[in-house]
Formats: sequence, structure tokens, C-alpha cells
Amino acid sequence: MEHSTSPNFKQNAHDALNDASLQRALGRLKTGFKDKRTAAIAQLPEFEQLRDAARDIKNHTLANLDHYLTAFEANVIANGGHVHWCADAEEARQTVLKICQDKEAKSVLKGKSMISEEIGLNAFLEKQDLKVVETDLGEYIIQLRNEPPSHIIAPAIHVHKEQVADSFRETHKGRDINRPLDEPRDLLDEAREVMREHFFAADIGITGANFLIAETGTSVIVTNEGNGDLTQTLSKVHIAIASLEKVVPTLEDASTILRVLARSATGQEMSSYTTFSTGPRRGEDLDGPEEYHVILLDNGRSNMLGTEFQEMLRCIRCAACMNHCPVYGAVGGHAYGWVYPGPMGSVLTPSLIGVDEAGHLPNASTFCGKCEEVCPMRIPLPKMMRHWREREFEKHLGPQSMRFGIQAWAWMASRPKLYQLTTGFAAKVLKSMGGRKRAIHKLPLARGWTDIRDLPAPQGKTFKQLWAEQQAAKKA
Amino acid sequence: MNQSSSSSRNAILGRIRKNLGRDTSPQDAPAEVVARLGNPPRNITPARAQIPHDQQLDLFVKMAGDVNASVSRIENSEAIVGEVSRYLAEHNQPAVVRLAPDSFITGLDWDKTTLEISSGVAGPLDLVSVTPAFAGVAETGSLMLRSGPDQPYTLNMLPDTHIVVIRASQIVGTYEEVWGLQRQSQGRGTMPRTFLWVTGPSRTGDIEQTLQLGAHGPRRLHIILVDDTGETPVAQPD
Repeated sequence: MEHSTSPNFKQNAHDALNDASLQRALGRLKTGFKDKRTAAIAQLPEFEQLRDAARDIKNHTLANLDHYLTAFEANVIANGGHVHWCADAEEARQTVLKICQDKEAKSVLKGKSMISEEIGLNAFLEKQDLKVVETDLGEYIIQLRNEPPSHIIAPAIHVHKEQVADSFRETHKGRDINRPLDEPRDLLDEAREVMREHFFAADIGITGANFLIAETGTSVIVTNEGNGDLTQTLSKVHIAIASLEKVVPTLEDASTILRVLARSATGQEMSSYTTFSTGPRRGEDLDGPEEYHVILLDNGRSNMLGTEFQEMLRCIRCAACMNHCPVYGAVGGHAYGWVYPGPMGSVLTPSLIGVDEAGHLPNASTFCGKCEEVCPMRIPLPKMMRHWREREFEKHLGPQSMRFGIQAWAWMASRPKLYQLTTGFAAKVLKSMGGRKRAIHKLPLARGWTDIRDLPAPQGKTFKQLWAEQQAAKKA
Repeated sequence: MNQSSSSSRNAILGRIRKNLGRDTSPQDAPAEVVARLGNPPRNITPARAQIPHDQQLDLFVKMAGDVNASVSRIENSEAIVGEVSRYLAEHNQPAVVRLAPDSFITGLDWDKTTLEISSGVAGPLDLVSVTPAFAGVAETGSLMLRSGPDQPYTLNMLPDTHIVVIRASQIVGTYEEVWGLQRQSQGRGTMPRTFLWVTGPSRTGDIEQTLQLGAHGPRRLHIILVDDTGETPVAQPD
């Protein structure tokens, strides 16, 4: 996606809160994935040890990223495949186009890929007169609706079945207009039938990759529907698009991380299909693609190495952070304005498109810490959001009133006597303002808070005053 | 590799080395990288699968059942064709079956049944497939399927009903044991075009988070688990 609406986060969030249809969809998120994750983890006593092991594998890989990437490259080539190193989105798009043109392709099938969303591949290929079809059911639905995904593993989580039925009636011509499309089953059966025709007509099949395995030159996709498998098997050419940090050393290392991936994502013990693809079809094989290409995309990631954001490169895109985030749960994914929503997006997006553009996102957090608590790769997301806030402050990107407030507080806080005097006075005044209900309905300079809810009034003394009283009472 | 990719390759690798605080020119991989690639450590493997083999079989059956696959345990390989017939009749499926061109599968006594048999890749009209497996993993009830001349990949994905025949001796505890078998069978660092883990039939939750089976792959996955403890060992498929 070339253009973000992240600078409009506040307006986006406001609109999302007032969108009744979205709020109904987000209601379903509150149980679903979260409860299933909890249940799956309860079944595996080694889960915490596996998180440590998964973290350590990725840390080791990132510290030796050049070695593992070149090993991966050598093994892809040894198996008859091709590797294309792409510095940015434009180079990746042009590389895909070149492969399509070399094969005189007319149609491109897509398995689900967030990197493809990141580089805005569909819109680009369509401009070049290629027919692009998303094969994952959720991605297909949002493609018909001409929308970006609102969740990284459930892209159409904001859409209701009635809206899906409308899109299908509009797009799937030549069918009985009064056919029943009321139930998810009807919708799925129709999508399955329509997609079969696409599968048998495709020239190029593009998938993402959950892992790249250095030891064998393998790309791995983790799916439930089987669309990715059909996409890459029935097409003449399989292109796997992956960012640099997807590489892991060995088959065993991938297996360790796979044990935490599905459990954290959908609460499954393992997804239906975990597919390890290595090179094109072999000489004697009866099916499979004739060519295998891997697009290795950097797009800003190599510059995260050696910074306080390096740990973000451990992310395996399970979406546990957004499933558990109160902010995501309130506003959904589109409000974030770019490809990656939720806490992982709030950290990654400023790295990829700049803090000037995405500075609101690291502020869209209550710092409840739930994202870090559930992250299978133990990524310290709140800490990194704080780093972005510091950068935003240093670059003078925040509003003037906020800068003034923070500076005023810092001035006070570094003068303890004055601070204690002022807070002691404020505690008394606020208590009397609260009255018998102990709630303040209107407070000057804090209307952003009191316009929509009461401010609980303090009980009249500061913590330090209470502490001193308690200590004195103990001695007495 | 074209010219632009080659210059991007050098630029990307240079940036990685510089940002990791190293010299930007290529260096030999350090010993720990060479060791990890040459002799992969097994990391952490769940205790639940490290049990005697007969219990691993029970665990495999339970875990596969939990993800909506069905499992029939049969006494010997002579009973396989009868079990395929029975399953298809019970589920009201066509008696037309596409077999993997694997000698163990095609060599079964299909004439004993009224099934219409052919073998090869799957096409749009094939509704039932029967394939062998490379291994099964008790930990999650997963089947390990390798593509190759005797096991076209489309058989795993296109038919509505996928029937997999696996022998008890092929069931192991964990994924790591399977990688050990893979290296033994095809050599270190070598993989088939596709190595697929199947854990239950195809599914989706993309419409209102409602779980539905049979998204784009098989609607039904039936596993025929053959007790081969009393039989002469059949060579592992290679």
C-alpha cells in the first residue's frame, strides 16, 4: 500500500467508534481468538519454554542474518529456483512484473501475503493489465469490496455475511439471482466453486512465506483453506514473496516456532496445512510449478538492525497482540491507516513509512502490556512504542499543548519541595470539587476527559502524606 | 540474477553487516552458524509425544479426531480396500477413486471391490483420492506427505474426499523425528518439491469467525491406520 491514512488516526478512530456495523463485528473478536488461544496453551505445558526457544532462535538468526540469507540463497539455486533481492517496494513490484512478462502471463493467482499488501502489488499488476485474483476467502472478500485487510490473519473480520452475499451477487454473474446466500456455508460453497475455475486457469501463483529455511532453501506457508497450496501447485510459476527476517536456520528451528504460531494466532494446535516448498517440480514429478522464484524484500528492515527496534524483526505475524489489544478491539484495523494494525503495526509502521507519517500509532496504546504478555516471540512492544514517542518528541511532531504540558510537568517534577506543595494543594482542592459524590463533572484544562466521563476525585491527601502519617502511627 | 538484483543484493547485505557492527565485506560464516546448519539441534520437544509407541498411536488417533479427521484402525493391509469401500458408501461418496501411482497403493487388491480405479494426478472432476503418507506425527495428529512421481501433490488438495493410508510403524512422536527420517531417506539438505503437513481437512473461519470445513481443499480427511506389527516390514516410500 503506497499511501497511508495513518496521519488521520484520530479522525479514523473517531469514525470507527461511531460505525455500528464495525462495532458489531469487533464484538465477535472479544471472545473468538482469545479464548481459543488460552485453551490451546493450557494443553501444552512447554509453551513458555517454547517461547524462550523461539525468541532465542530469531535472535541468533538476526545476529547472523547475512550468513543465513546467503545460505538460503545458495540452497534455492541448488534446487533449481531463483532468488531476487529487492531493496524496496518498487523493485519488488518490477521484479514480479518482469517474471509475469517473461512468461507472457495474463492472470495471477494470489495466496494470502502481507508483504504483497505492503508493496501494493495487486493495484500495480492490475494497472499492467494483469488479472489478479485473491484466493484466500477473506482476502477474496475484501478484494471484491476494494478494501485493505483490517486484520493480519483474518482480513475480512470487519465484514458481515450479508455484505459478503451482496458482493457475491454483484460479482458472480450468470447465477440465479434468488439463490440462497444467507448462511456462511452457502457463501463458502459458492466461493469454492468460483475459485476452482480460477485455479485451473492461472499462469502465475504468488504466495507469501511464514518462514524461509536456510538449511534447505525452502519457503513455508501456514494455511487452513488449502488455497495457497492450489495457487502454487497449479500455476506454471510459483513466486514466494518474503521479507528478509523470515529466514530461520533449520527445519527444526521452523518446527519450534510453528509450535507457538498457530496456538497464538487461532488457538489451533497446528494449522490444517503447513507446506514446505523447495524449488520447482522435479524431473519425474507429475505436477507442480515449472519455475520457483523467491522475492527477498528489505524495504527498511536492514536499517532496523542495531537499533532499539531490532527485536521487532522477530515478529511472526500471529496477530495475538491485536487480538488482545483494547485499542484495536475498539477501533479495528482500518483506523491504523496502513497495512499492519494493532500493537505490532504501531511499532513496525513508523519503521517502514516514517514516524512523521505514523507518529499517532505508538500513541494509540493504553500501555496495559497485554500485547507483550501474549507475544509468542516475547517482543517488548510497549517499550518500543515508548521509543517511538521519544523520537516523536525529539522531532517536535506532537501538538504544542502536549509539549508544553510535558515540559511543565518535568520542571515541577525536578523540584521535589515545590512538587509536594503543589500536589498537596491540588489534592485538597480536587477533593472539595468532587463533593459528596467524589466525582468531578467539569475540570478546566481537562475537558477532553470530563466532557465524556467524570474524573474520580482524590480523597484529599497525597501518597507521601499518607505514607508519612502511617509511619508515624506505627512508631507511636 | 539480473543486474539490479545483484546490486541490491550487495547493498542489502552491506547494510545488514554494517548495522550489526561488522565489516561490510563478506566473511566466512562463524562456527556456530556452520554447526547449526550441519547438525540442527532439536530445541524443545513436547513431553506429551515422548511415550511408548502403542500410546503414540492412541495419541495420533485422538489428535487427528480433534481436528475433524476420521481414523479407522485396521488389522492388516488386506483390509485397506474394503475400508475404502465402506467409508465411501457410509458417506454417500462416489465409488470412483483416483489413486496415487505408488506401488503399495496401486498393488492392493482393488478387484475385490466394485470401486472404479485409476491412478495419476488429480483433475477437476476427481472427487476421491487415496494416497500413502511418509509419516504421521502423534503430537498433533498430523500427516506428513511428500510430493514425488508416486505421489502427485494435486491428490492432496483437489478431491472432496482425501483418504490416506498409513502404517502404524510410520507414526512417530514429534516433527523433529520426521526430519531425521527425511534426511535418512533423501539425504541431508534435500527436500522434495513439496513436503506437506496435513492436520485435519481444509477449513476457514473467514466469514464471521464461523468454522467451516472444506474451504478450498478436501472437505473430508479419512485416515486408514494399518496395524503392521505382525507383517513383514514394507520398505519406507522413498
